[in-house]
Amino acid sequence: MIKRLLVGARGKSFGLIVPLIAIAFGFIAGGIIMLLSGNNPILGYTALIQGVFGDMYYFGETLRMMTPLILSGLAVAFAFRTGLLNIGVEGQLIVGWLAAVVVGIYVDGPFALVLAILAGAVAGGLWGFIPGLLKAKYEVHEVIVTIMMNYIALHVSNHFIRNYLLASGQRTDFVNDSASLSSPFLEALTDYSRLHWGFFIAIFACVVMWFILWKTNKGYELRAVGYNKNASSYAGMNVKTNIILSMVISGAFAGVGGAMEGLGTYGYAQILSGFTNLGFDGIAVALLGASTSVGIFLAAFLFGGLKIGASNMQSAAGVAPELVEIVIALIIFFVASSYLIRWILGRLQQNKEEK
Amino acid sequence: MEYVIEMNNIRKEFPGIVANDNITLQVKQGEIHALLGENGAGKSTLMNVLFGLYQPEKGEIKVRGEKVAITDPNVANGLGIGMVHQHFMLVQKFTVTENIILGSEPTKGMNIDIRKAEKDVAAISEQYGLRVDPRAKIEDISVGMQQRVEILKTLYRGADILIFDEPTAALTPQEIKELIQIMKNLIKEGKSIILITHKLKEIMSVCDRCTVIRRGRGIGTVDVSDTDENKLAAMMVGREVSFSVEKGPAKPKDSVLSIRNLTVEDARGVKAVNTLNLEARAGEILGVAGVDGNGQTELIEAIAGLRKVTDGTISVSGQNITGLKPRKVTESGVGHIPQDRHKHGLVLDFTIGENILLQTYYQKPYSNNTVLNYTKMYEKARSLIEEYDVRTPNERTPARALSGGNQQKAIIAREVDRSPDLLIAAQPTRGLDVGAIEFIHSKLIEERDKGKAVLLVSLELDEVLNVSDRIAVIYEGQIVEIVDAAKTNERELGLLMAGGKRKEGEA
Repeated sequence: MIKRLLVGARGKSFGLIVPLIAIAFGFIAGGIIMLLSGNNPILGYTALIQGVFGDMYYFGETLRMMTPLILSGLAVAFAFRTGLLNIGVEGQLIVGWLAAVVVGIYVDGPFALVLAILAGAVAGGLWGFIPGLLKAKYEVHEVIVTIMMNYIALHVSNHFIRNYLLASGQRTDFVNDSASLSSPFLEALTDYSRLHWGFFIAIFACVVMWFILWKTNKGYELRAVGYNKNASSYAGMNVKTNIILSMVISGAFAGVGGAMEGLGTYGYAQILSGFTNLGFDGIAVALLGASTSVGIFLAAFLFGGLKIGASNMQSAAGVAPELVEIVIALIIFFVASSYLIRWILGRLQQNKEEK
Repeated sequence: MEYVIEMNNIRKEFPGIVANDNITLQVKQGEIHALLGENGAGKSTLMNVLFGLYQPEKGEIKVRGEKVAITDPNVANGLGIGMVHQHFMLVQKFTVTENIILGSEPTKGMNIDIRKAEKDVAAISEQYGLRVDPRAKIEDISVGMQQRVEILKTLYRGADILIFDEPTAALTPQEIKELIQIMKNLIKEGKSIILITHKLKEIMSVCDRCTVIRRGRGIGTVDVSDTDENKLAAMMVGREVSFSVEKGPAKPKDSVLSIRNLTVEDARGVKAVNTLNLEARAGEILGVAGVDGNGQTELIEAIAGLRKVTDGTISVSGQNITGLKPRKVTESGVGHIPQDRHKHGLVLDFTIGENILLQTYYQKPYSNNTVLNYTKMYEKARSLIEEYDVRTPNERTPARALSGGNQQKAIIAREVDRSPDLLIAAQPTRGLDVGAIEFIHSKLIEERDKGKAVLLVSLELDEVLNVSDRIAVIYEGQIVEIVDAAKTNERELGLLMAGGKRKEGEA
């Protein structure tokens, strides 16, 4: 089902129009809900937009929020391009976060930052490798395994923090300055938001995914395997290796996403009472972004903006911030029903031709 | 009321193309009327207009003399028009009866009256000689039987004008014979039939009249008794077509493919190929004839490295390739035109250019081992598209958007261009029209004349007889006989394929 949706979003005709209409429908339906709950939707949305663009601080926070969303979106999209559904981005992101922070605490010196990010990628990649291996070798469905791996990641990481890394309260020590992504320059530029260098790493990751998929031998093979396993093995590609590799790369993107939070936004890892949801939001980002690098960047901006703007919506217009979650859900609903939108567009076109 | 169906001057456009341009089709009561055209000529579009799936831009439709507007398939059903689709629309887990009544179930109180339905289905089946068991499950019955269920479905709904969309594409020769008998029975009972096809033989054997369309235009309607296959083919393609394959005598040289005591198991672990021996020489086309399911698929897959060899050896040009991975097999000089072009031959969502490079993308100059050079790839694709006359808007069109014949040409371009010592062609012309078939056969012969070995595996006896130099007959996983193509005939081959022994002195 989700597979159909992700393909559906890629779409043959009406490429860009469908997600835009889905977003519009999402906002309209959200507005109706605001009306029904006794709020003024115009005021509410004005506050929302001001909560993103009205202030450099909020804008910086939006970009900061985008960073992990871009990376988890890329992770979902990359696996999907190879015909795999990686629902385990959440877990891969959590282990990446922890691994990056551990290296950031214990390693100092000029290479600390690079090593810490790499540690995040390796940990996430390892978390993707296990379901990839099970899928390739024993045909265990990756959706089941990745979902379960999320819980393992959450509790294993909590266990390590609680027993070995606890510094104060619920969190670890801060990472060394040499391993930190935070940037006084970017903070000053955005009125002291938590924007950090990780934003540019996320943009770079978009380019990396595009390059791997569309410019390299491996990318060609991964896409071929995703579309047609039979033809791929006929053409001499190793289907199993490609499945595993795809999950590893996907997990690595997610792990880097976690590293961005650990080394940039927070500077530490903490005991999580539940999932961060960054990984699950990645599914929505990839879906809305049609599994393309540019689409994912734009979708992450939208969702990041909605999440940040929500707080202003509450303070300025008195609309509950949960409404933003509903709008996001509605947008996803309309993207998912892109078949419906396409059908309506087709009908409209037909009517025009008849006239 | 001479005509039961009249479609006059139908025009149907899609964005960018005119699929039907001023086509007229008039079907008489009680006749089998063929609708003939190449793939992509607009046959299906026209029938979808009749069945209410498309609305025409121009033209009128009359059913039994009355002008009608067929706005959706339900209207068509109401007018007694039924369609037997090429791809069956059946629920695998349901019984024959359950499938037939689906959507118009007879009820008794709150329940479906399955007894009555079974009786009705059995009665109709009896009346038209369909011999279908109303209680059998779809997943347990043969393709030919499933098609009869489709026919029953239309009859049960009271259709008396039946549209058959390429009904013989998936059938065995025996099933085709039976289907032709069924169509004759239907006519006897007062039905009218429109038969969509590009197979001339079928038209000659069963149809009364034939309407030909070419590239969306109506070419004309002829009485089948006044015409012959050559004339029909010329009408369909727009030029003279030769059926007898032009080729000089073979000049066979050294052995290229040598198979010794090969045993291969199928997916269920049954020996599909059983101690098989075969030799193909450079400069000859070796045909492999056999009834479907006698080990042909497993033999090809074993040579190509796609299936595990249980026992025996395969060598190509003196090099042992037994058990090598597909890529190694390819690199040791084997080209493979797979029998299912959608499953194995193409990545349909790739561009046609990407597909043409599917076997060589990792080699220089298309790749430096890591990064692809798309400029070089598409340059190569363009030149092959030109050379092999693949009709496509450009090299970046998705393979899915091309017609079957052009998809197959792209595969042949890819496999032949590497100039392999051994070219395996499995069912290379399945589902293609005469123009494309002619082209592909001439390419195979060209390869032979260049001194390559060609292994032609086909279920079509005509093809094997016309194109091959020698014919190996495969039966239950073994080669039972090898005959000279020039000195044999359909009857002898048929006998051998059925496991019969060759009579002394007959060759």
